[in-house]
Order: sequence, then C-alpha cells, then structure tokens
Amino acid sequence: MEEHVIFTDKLTKTFGPFTAVNQISFAVEAGEIFGFLGANGAGKTTALRMLSGLLKPTSGIAMVAGVDVMRHPEQVKRRIGYMSQKFSLYEDLTIRENIRFYGGIYGLSVQTIREKTKKLVDKLELGAHVDELVLRLPLGWRQKLALSVAMLHEPRIVFLDEPTSGVDPLTRRQFWDLIYEAAADGVTLMVTTHYMEEAEYCNRVSMMVDGKIEALDTPGQLKKTYHATSMDEVFRKLARG
Amino acid sequence: MNRFSAFIIKEFRHILRDRRTLLILFGMPMAQVLLFGFVLTNEIKNAAIAIVDPSKDAQSTALIQKLASSGYFRIEKNLEAASQLDPAFKEGKIKLAVVFPPDFARQLDHDGSAPIQLLGDASDPNTATTLINYASNIIQDFSTQRKAEAVLPYQIEVQTHMLYNPELKAVYSFVPGVMTLILMLISAMMTSITIAKEKELGTMEVLLASPLKPIQIILGKTTPYLVLSFINAIIVVLIGVFVFGMPIRGSILLLGLESALYMFVALSLGILISTRAATQQAALFMSALGLLMPTMLLSGFIFPRESMPYVLQALGNIIPATWFNQIIKGVMIKGAGIEVLWFQTCVLGVMAIVFVVLSMRNFKDRL
Repeated sequence: MEEHVIFTDKLTKTFGPFTAVNQISFAVEAGEIFGFLGANGAGKTTALRMLSGLLKPTSGIAMVAGVDVMRHPEQVKRRIGYMSQKFSLYEDLTIRENIRFYGGIYGLSVQTIREKTKKLVDKLELGAHVDELVLRLPLGWRQKLALSVAMLHEPRIVFLDEPTSGVDPLTRRQFWDLIYEAAADGVTLMVTTHYMEEAEYCNRVSMMVDGKIEALDTPGQLKKTYHATSMDEVFRKLARG
Repeated sequence: MNRFSAFIIKEFRHILRDRRTLLILFGMPMAQVLLFGFVLTNEIKNAAIAIVDPSKDAQSTALIQKLASSGYFRIEKNLEAASQLDPAFKEGKIKLAVVFPPDFARQLDHDGSAPIQLLGDASDPNTATTLINYASNIIQDFSTQRKAEAVLPYQIEVQTHMLYNPELKAVYSFVPGVMTLILMLISAMMTSITIAKEKELGTMEVLLASPLKPIQIILGKTTPYLVLSFINAIIVVLIGVFVFGMPIRGSILLLGLESALYMFVALSLGILISTRAATQQAALFMSALGLLMPTMLLSGFIFPRESMPYVLQALGNIIPATWFNQIIKGVMIKGAGIEVLWFQTCVLGVMAIVFVVLSMRNFKDRL
C-alpha cells in the first residue's frame, strides 16, 4: 500500500438512499496524471472531495500520501493542493494579495511567500499586473494563476476539480502544459473533467458511470479495448452500457 | 506567516475595498441615530388649533389666553360654530379644536362645572394624543386654579414625576434601539453575507481543503466584523451622549461587556444563517426577514411590547434584541447594574451557546 501515492479500496459515499460513489478501487503512482471522466452527476467530484479530505467517506479505504483519509483528513489537507472549478481566486484582491493569502493559510513564511511570488509571476509573465485586481485578468490567466497558487506550498499531490470548465480550447491546451510541467517534477495530479478530448492528455483515465468505475486504463488501451477512434466514442459506448 | 492573521488581513482587505459595504457599515448607523433622534421627537410646539367660543365671557377668554401662551399652541382660527370645524380639519390647517359651550362662565358659576370639547385630528394618532394631553393638562390646571379661588373643602392634587427621563425625550429610547438594531444588522447580516459569498464564489471549498480548521475559518470571517460592530456601537453611544445629551448612568464597562455578549449572539446567528444560505442573496433575504424585521417590530424598540398580543410577546422573548434592549436601557438610562440585569444577561448567554452549537454542527455537515 505504501508505494502508491493514492490508493483506494471499495471507497463508497452515500447521501441518504443515493449512492454517489459506489465501491471504487484504484491506485495512482507518483508523477502520474490521473483523469476522472464522466457525465455530470457520475460521482467524480464526490470521489475527488473524499480523497482531498473535504467529504468523509461512508465506507471503504482511501490512502492519500500514506495518510488514511477517513481517520486523518486534516493531515491529508496539509499534503495536497486543491483547485476548484471556479478557480477560487478573490476578484477584489490583487494577484500579489491572493498569493500572500494562500501562502499564509498554508503556513509559509513571509520571506518564502515573497520569493515564490516573484518566481511565479515571472513564470506566468504577469510581472506588470501583479498589483492589479484579479477581476481585470482574462479567464485563462486566472486559471493558470489559480493552479500555481494551489501548488504554492509544493504539495506532492494536486487535485483539480474540472479546472478547465468554461475556458476556450486554446487556453485549455496552455493550461495542460502547466499540468505536464508539474507532473515532470514528480507531482501527482488528479483531474476531473467532462471534456473527452482532455482525457487524451491523461496518463490513465477512469471512466465513471453512476458512481462506479466502468473502465480504467491508458487512453490508448481504452480505445483499443472498445474499438473506438476517440475517447468520446469510448465514453458513449460505456454510457450506453 | 501565521495562518490566522493571513486570513484576517485578507478579510479586512475585502471590507475596505468595498465602498458600498463601508458606507452601510458606518454611514447607516450614524444616519439612523441622527434621523431617529431629530425626526421622531414626541414634543410638539406651536401646533395650529381652532377655537369655537360662542360664549366669549371672562372665563373662556382667560382659558384661551392660557392655551395660547403655553407655547404648544398657535390659534389659527376663531370659529363661530362647531360645524365650521370639519372643512378646517380636512384642509389640514388645524390639528386640534377646543369647543366651548355657549354659556361657559354661567355654567361654571352656577353648577361648578362646565364641559369643554377637545377634537383631535387622529389621522395622525400620535400627534393627536400628544396635543389632547397638553390641552387637557392646561385645562386641568386652569380649573384647579379656579377651584382654589373658590375655596372648596376637598382638593386632590395629582403630582406626576416621569422617572429617569423627565423631559420624555424620544432619543432615550431610540439610541438604545438603534444600537440594538445596528449591532444585529452588522454582526448577523454582514457575517452571513460574507460567508455565503465564499460559498457562492467557490472559495469556501478551497478554504476547507486547506489546513485551516473550520473554527479558524469562522473566526477569521467574523473577527473583523466584531471589531467593526464594536466601533459602531461606540459611535452610536457617542452621538447619543454628545448630540442628544443622553446619559450613561450605569457602568461603561458593563455596557461594553453586555454589548460584546449581544454581538456574539448576533454573530453566531449570522453563521447559522450562512450555513443554510447558498448565495449572498439568500443570506441577505434570510437575515432581513428573519432578523431585522423581528428586531425592529417585536423587541419593544418601536412598539411597546405590553400592548402586543400574547403570541407576539412570546415570539419577542426568543429574539435576542428584546433582552439586549432591556439591558442597554437599564444600564444607560436607569443606571442599573448586573445585580438587576443578571436574568437578561443569562438569557443572552444561553442563546449564544445554543446558536454556536447549532451553527458548528451545521457548518460541518453542510460544506
């Protein structure tokens, strides 16, 4: 169990009579980009929330960075980065103030935050805008900034909940460059999406239908197994059952 | 950097950057106290009245003289018959009419008593009541003087003392009332909106996924508003004292502590609301309807609780403002101490505990 960065066994979440996530089991290795695909309501966000310590699982095992999510959600939170689908930056604060805030709540020192701000701003070429309100930034920039901010405290695992929703394809592509860069540094990324083209960018993909993982493999292998030319086709074949 | 102070700094930035919120936070309390203080006064001077005096004798002339010189009334019309009064009232030219019988002095001399009719324009009931009271007092006074001259065997004289507020100044009740309202407004409404805002923007999810504990998030969101509320309370009291000459007869320390307790209750109510409201709109609506209206209408701030139906009185009992209004009036106007106000204080304390427990439970469940 220890060698996997993320490991689940029969992880389940029910809300009353409704089973949102139904006994999912998988393992993710370091530096992997792992995709959760599925329609809205398939349970991918719920699964992600359990793994990031936001939701208490109903039953099953979930280990993240060697920590039992069920028992020590607070420890899990310290070790992960989290980016929600709304990009989660404060629009009425400047770029610098957003970085300072998120650095602050993850316990980074003032000195570290200052260094990180400079590095991050240089990398994203935001130098001229660092004291502007986030409100004035284009959506694509905000999204990249949100990811960088989520990784400010250098977590080994980052959870991205539909990070590209509402963004045009070109910007989405640029965003994935950032994800690859992080993976190359050994960071494990777990991404939920409902854009099937994005599934192609993942190392491995789990297809969720009605709370269950119906298929889990590399995009290439999945296409071969289901005799499909695109991930979209794979998904349609799966969803039809 | 300390996690918590990073949070507080961010929260103050939100508040200071939002001009509209700032205006609501500081402009409204001041405007309210000043408005309530100056506009809602029960004293009336130089009210226009009409006299119908067919008798025109020494007694009636003397009484009219007395009314006119009181400072409360200005004689707008001298009419011949009561039938002419109706148009005058309708035009709004007069607020009160004093009607004498045709043989006023003769009745007084003969029977020892004579009727006088007072007619008030009760389309404005407060003014009418006040004017009728003024006039009755003056007439009473007049009759007492006459009786003294006639040397009667018995005479009962009523002496009235209005305790704590001899001049019956309305500010004495409005400054505490506005403070009750403002503290509830800022502490409860503002916190519920600001927490709902984080939920609406999706930042709450990120905060919860961070190492911050729920209690730190709640304290981080509420501390700035607690500070601002307290500043506001001080401003309201200062205006009351220096602009309207309100006394603080009790302990200032007690006043501060009780205010802090009340703010704490209001804050926990705000948090409770925010756990139920998904959007800022919903939070605003819930606090306006669920907190502000009852606070204004049922706490005894504007309408006396004694005259409410039993159900509304009972409802008023579960509103924190009702108890705080009694406390603050007690401390400021009557100079009461904790030995008198312990019960009200305990009620607020129990409310605080209940709301905190409820909102902590909900906060964990819902987010």
